[in-house]
Amino acid sequence: MLNAVIKATGYVLAHTPDMVMENGTTQTTEKVVNPNSEYLKQLPSHLRTYEQAVAYLPNQTYIGNMTPDELGEYEQPWYPHTAAKSERFGKFGEIMPEDEFYLLMQACDVFELVYLEENFVAATIEKFKAHPLMREDIIARINSGVSAETVEHFVNEEGAEPLAMNGKTVGYIKRAHDVDGNLSAHVMLENLVSKASNVLAILHLIKNAGIDPADVDYVIDCAEEACGDMNQRGGGNFAKAAAEIAGLSGASGSDVRAFCAAPAHAVIEAASLVKAGTYRNVVVCAGGCTAKLGMNGKDHVKKDMPILEDVIGGFAVLISENDGINPEIDNTVCGRHTVGTGSSPQAVITSLVANPLDKNGLKIPDIDKYAVEMQNPDITKPAGAGDVPAANYKMIAALAVKRGELERKDVATFGNTHGMVGWAPTQGHIPSGVPYLGFAREQLLAGDIEKAMIIGKGSLFLGRMTNLFDGVSFVVRKNSGKHEETAVSDDKIRKMIAEAFRGFAQDMLAEQE
Amino acid sequence: MSILNGKKVVIIGDRDGVPGPAIADCVKTAGGEPVFSATECFV
Repeated sequence: MLNAVIKATGYVLAHTPDMVMENGTTQTTEKVVNPNSEYLKQLPSHLRTYEQAVAYLPNQTYIGNMTPDELGEYEQPWYPHTAAKSERFGKFGEIMPEDEFYLLMQACDVFELVYLEENFVAATIEKFKAHPLMREDIIARINSGVSAETVEHFVNEEGAEPLAMNGKTVGYIKRAHDVDGNLSAHVMLENLVSKASNVLAILHLIKNAGIDPADVDYVIDCAEEACGDMNQRGGGNFAKAAAEIAGLSGASGSDVRAFCAAPAHAVIEAASLVKAGTYRNVVVCAGGCTAKLGMNGKDHVKKDMPILEDVIGGFAVLISENDGINPEIDNTVCGRHTVGTGSSPQAVITSLVANPLDKNGLKIPDIDKYAVEMQNPDITKPAGAGDVPAANYKMIAALAVKRGELERKDVATFGNTHGMVGWAPTQGHIPSGVPYLGFAREQLLAGDIEKAMIIGKGSLFLGRMTNLFDGVSFVVRKNSGKHEETAVSDDKIRKMIAEAFRGFAQDMLAEQE
Repeated sequence: MSILNGKKVVIIGDRDGVPGPAIADCVKTAGGEPVFSATECFV
């Protein structure tokens, strides 16, 4: 059996500053606990404009206009800098503005829950129509809009969640059930944001892959939201719901949930499904989460910084049959934190990094690049959470020293040589190893690196079902070209057909003679 | 003599640093009594 390959990737952000105030849990909690707080008063003046969010170096890195190495050359903090290439679209995806994202949310709503004010729709629809990836059938899902009075009524009287632009309410999401909390306006908003950002990532993925959308067999959503009603909370299925809007008519799908570790779990599952021959093309994807917007906002405001957690993230990866070209996902080098692993950092890194390498006769420095939790340090350092990727690289390096595979003096530089700076927004599952897959694919194709390890970690204890932590890892490597050796090449098929025709012609001639 | 000997200890671990249960084990071996141990995810 041949390893599956990473055929293409898509990475998107949606700049949603109003959702920071309306839907980020740091802010919604503050509104309940301390509604007159200084923080809530000061926050609006710390929100970035769309242009500022687009010019932000880590955001340009996320959509592929800069490499992580180029980002690392800039002095931190990064927010005072402006990217040399500051564009909405990048080779991996885009940064969508809030107004267009609201229209996309409506396009993703199939239960008449999203309503937008008519003047707002009129002012935004042409921009939406001009989007290079919005098909006619997606655009046709946008309604002409409702009156401002209707918006006001539903927000003030019917428990609808407001959708705002520059502080002004321009729409709402109504509850999907009168009593069921699982279908409340709040939950429906979170789920529709996840779905819409996922759809956008898939649209970019399909464009980048250059394949017919109908050729996708299966979709695995690995976000952190849950959809279902009071009788099956978390029943799913985000994957198939997004596939429907994205036009993947030949796909089924399912959801994988494992907190921030879910994307790594999902890629391993997708690679196994393809390697086994169950499916030929599997998309692993996720939208982002409104709850985490402005999560560290109090510290950012306290330090007179902009609110940097103002974007929703999304990503999609196409995992396909081995084409002899694209980088392979090596299923034989998979690490996993087991129930019995224990929680010490040494035990965690041993299970995720050292054990799978040992099984394959590899040493820690044999992996050219490690992708860990690629959280942007601009966001986490001012909040006291430190530089998360750097902390992870130190732990891997320390284990390598303990195993006699690295000199102690090289611990400090291990993160530069075998890692990179973080650039992903703190959107839970979004930064977890997978933001590197796009760059890893390019570097492996170019021959700049031979092997990369992707590590996903998850905080299972947040669900209050277990105190356990979780994590899995896998290795992506340069295509070994085994495809050509084991499969029948086009040339060989041509030769066989030519030989058959030649034989047929000779038989005919012989008969005539 | 351990500074934790006979002390009640509240532990807050970090998912990307040292998690609560690992700190709790260390506290116990140093003669301390973990009265609360949790691991937080700061991202």
